[in-house]
Amino acid sequence: MSEKVILNISGVNKRFGGLAALTDVGIKIMQGQIYGLIGPNGAGKTTFFNVITGLYQPDTGTFELAGKPYSPSAPHEVAKAGIARTFQNIRLFGEMTALENVMVGRHVRSHQGVFGAVFRHKAARQEEAAIRARAQELLDFVGIGAFADRTSKYLSYGDQRRLEIARALATDPQLLALDEPAAGMNATEKLALRELLVKIKAEGKTVLLIEHDVKLMMGLCDRITVLEYGKPIAEGVPAEIQKNQAVIDAYLGGAHK
Amino acid sequence: MALLNFNVQDRPRQAYTSMAVLLIGLLIFPFIAAQFGNSWVRIIDIALLYIMLALGLNIVVGFAGLLDLGYIAFFAVGAYLTGLLASPQFAQLLESIVNYSPAVGATLVSWFGPGIQQNGIHLSVWLIVPLAAAVAGLCGALLGAPTLKLRGDYLAIVTLGFGEIIRIFMNNLNDPINFTNGPQGINSIDPVRIFAVNLAGEPGSRANVVLGGFSMPSVNAYYFLFLFLCIAIVFVTARLQHSRLGRAWVAIREDEIAAKAMGINTRNVKLLAFSMGASFGGVAGAMFASFQGFVSPESFSLTESIAVLAMVVLGGIGHIPGVVMGGVLLAALPEVLRHVVEPAQVAVFGKVLIESEVLRQLLYGLALVLIMLNRPAGLWPSPKHEDRPDAAETNKGEAFPA
Amino acid sequence: MDTFIQQIINGLVLGSMYALIALGYTMVYGVLNLINFAHGDVLMIGAMVGLTILKVLDAFVPGLPGYVDLFIAIAGAVPVCMLVNVIIERVAYRRLRNAPRLAPLITAIGVSILLQTFAMMIWGRSPLPFPQLLSSDPITIGGAVISQTQILLLVLAAAAMLGLVYLIEKTKMGRAMRATAENPRVAGLMGIDSNRVIVATFAIGAALAAVAGVMWGANYASIAFAMGTLPGLKAFCAAVLGGIGNIYGAMIGGILLGLIESLGAGYLPDLTGGFLGSNYQDIFAFVVLIIVLTIRPSGIMGERVADRA
Repeated sequence: MSEKVILNISGVNKRFGGLAALTDVGIKIMQGQIYGLIGPNGAGKTTFFNVITGLYQPDTGTFELAGKPYSPSAPHEVAKAGIARTFQNIRLFGEMTALENVMVGRHVRSHQGVFGAVFRHKAARQEEAAIRARAQELLDFVGIGAFADRTSKYLSYGDQRRLEIARALATDPQLLALDEPAAGMNATEKLALRELLVKIKAEGKTVLLIEHDVKLMMGLCDRITVLEYGKPIAEGVPAEIQKNQAVIDAYLGGAHK
Repeated sequence: MALLNFNVQDRPRQAYTSMAVLLIGLLIFPFIAAQFGNSWVRIIDIALLYIMLALGLNIVVGFAGLLDLGYIAFFAVGAYLTGLLASPQFAQLLESIVNYSPAVGATLVSWFGPGIQQNGIHLSVWLIVPLAAAVAGLCGALLGAPTLKLRGDYLAIVTLGFGEIIRIFMNNLNDPINFTNGPQGINSIDPVRIFAVNLAGEPGSRANVVLGGFSMPSVNAYYFLFLFLCIAIVFVTARLQHSRLGRAWVAIREDEIAAKAMGINTRNVKLLAFSMGASFGGVAGAMFASFQGFVSPESFSLTESIAVLAMVVLGGIGHIPGVVMGGVLLAALPEVLRHVVEPAQVAVFGKVLIESEVLRQLLYGLALVLIMLNRPAGLWPSPKHEDRPDAAETNKGEAFPA
Repeated sequence: MDTFIQQIINGLVLGSMYALIALGYTMVYGVLNLINFAHGDVLMIGAMVGLTILKVLDAFVPGLPGYVDLFIAIAGAVPVCMLVNVIIERVAYRRLRNAPRLAPLITAIGVSILLQTFAMMIWGRSPLPFPQLLSSDPITIGGAVISQTQILLLVLAAAAMLGLVYLIEKTKMGRAMRATAENPRVAGLMGIDSNRVIVATFAIGAALAAVAGVMWGANYASIAFAMGTLPGLKAFCAAVLGGIGNIYGAMIGGILLGLIESLGAGYLPDLTGGFLGSNYQDIFAFVVLIIVLTIRPSGIMGERVADRA
């Protein structure tokens, strides 16, 4: 079975002044995988994320999405190419309703402009209806369909996380990149998140995941890369990672069984 | 505000009924007001122009969250464009070019012909208005472009700077080549002529417009024209608000980084906000020039930019009915007060303690300060939360505290 | 060459006043991330109060030498301006400390309008002549002229700036101000009352503006209720030029902007073949602002803005 390489990145270097934040970091994700990126605090996980998604400019690196090179020079270009991300600190459009947040996610896959807005001709109306329908569909998919008209800043923390994921899915991404989606969650919420991610994988989506909860990662990810001080120190399936001495040392002696 | 509800999304029947009632009131209004004297209708005419400006600024400040303190520049662009293309000014321009550089001057005169050399250009309103909208819109994009990467307060000061730069140019572009006639401004601007009806009244009619056997004062005729334009602008901005573009504007206002991550080309979307807002300002400017018959740089100062901002902020930033209300209050109220308060002061104190000009400033200042401190969303904010940015909320990244 | 030196002198005079005003802007921005739009109007209040004091002095003790009159006027204007600025902070800005940045700015605009309105009510709307107290016999330097008033202005500005530097670097309050400017929360943990520091910042800025206001009146011989807006905005541009939040930046930015304006206005007709005259002088500050924000937003000396995260 030939598997498709969704994300192929290699040779990424990034310095901030004197600090080498990333040294020769690369990653290769196959379609339908859940791929994990772990490492101690300050290892460069979010920096790498930001480089991939265009928030930071790397010094070097090659970037390929689904076999085609893409240029991570601007975040909106990255989204258009097919990588959608969520944020460690949840960045929702607080004053908008949940439905509207997800509808914004459809922006990049729709194109009505001023003319359509003002004249609302048939094509514009149809597109708008399609956007709304798809947004509701995604809200239902992540489990908050009932809150479609709730102002998003008043949703519970867990629901806000789901909303952010729904919004990212709305961009029809090739790769869904989640930055610490389980941060601040209790055990029950983490289980629910795990279920959601499994469901997303079952739809055939590819996921890249940064997380601190090693247990969650070991149970969820197909493959994992471990970063320390901006360098990759291990790559493989969870079982291999758990036994890897360098990884154990990096984490101050704690691999979960 | 429960009597009048314009919320088409949630309560369409009530909204449309409210609109119908309002429309009837608006149509009858000038005839009633005229009983008390033409000056009242004139005040409302000016107020309508301000409302157009406030609606345009609302796109930039209210929808997209970009604090533009130089907005009046677009009003100036529309007004001076009309001044140049609907008055004898172009003849002056040609003459100054001839004086400055006879060779170039002669070429231009041969292009434009002796008619224009004598009398200037006099384009009809049907050409002027779209032209003013287009040129102002282009200026909006040009002036907005350098501000795209700036954070909120710097953007405000830079746009203010642009507004001042334009005013200074308008005040000084009369030597050696006379574009704007400097501090004196441009006079004898053509009034609006629609289908051969002169809205200023034919000469000798004492400013009365005759329409099919029906006569009304010129200010009333302009009232209906401006009312129509206002309604059109309300319609367009409301449609923009509830569209893919409107959502993109709010997204940028709420969290620009997240907006970019969702694939919104924030540069283009911001430029669109500037352009659309500016184009409405240009249209208002063209109408102003034709209505007043002359333009001078004094009408386009920083004070005016701030006045329009005050209307948007007071009324309900981002909420169209609120913005209209803010425009009515701050444009008409000082004038109304002047007719009432000055005589009252004379009656009580024997003299005028607070002049109307001072009163106007006082109202604007108080409006801004009191609203920001007490009701930052404005007097009439949107009933639904997502249309109501607290007059300054941008880039909120924090999750709701549990 | 004479013109050149003259422009330089004019530029230094203008720049000193910009520097004094810019310091007020930069200090407040450094601590609060707020553009105190009303600061230029504090300059105006200083000039107006100074004028009133001078009129009173003239009525009751007409024999005093010009210098003394001016010093008394400044000494009277300073506390009034300090009080005004402190009241503004307390009433208008304090509640909005944690509001997103545009709310305080809009409020500041409102405060600016109110200050002008009150000035209109108290001192009227027409420009008022400011008496020439020092001898107007010009002193020539290398072919250019400078008046005694202008020399006094330069001396006062220099003294004020030196005084400020001393305050910031050598005193306890200065240290507290620097700490709060860098990180108010941590400074609070060290026992620094950030409210007191902020009040002090507003007060000091106002004092400098008062000095600038009285000397502005003395130099230009005429003051009006709207005189503060444009110099205030230009001084803000100067503060950005030098590096917002950076006191040395404000000083350098102010003087530099004064020189740019003066030289620019002087040579603009030559540079543009007579097309643009010296009456475009006011544009320079804004052009400089746009260029700085495009090319090097942190300014010449680098910005120092509070970490208010």
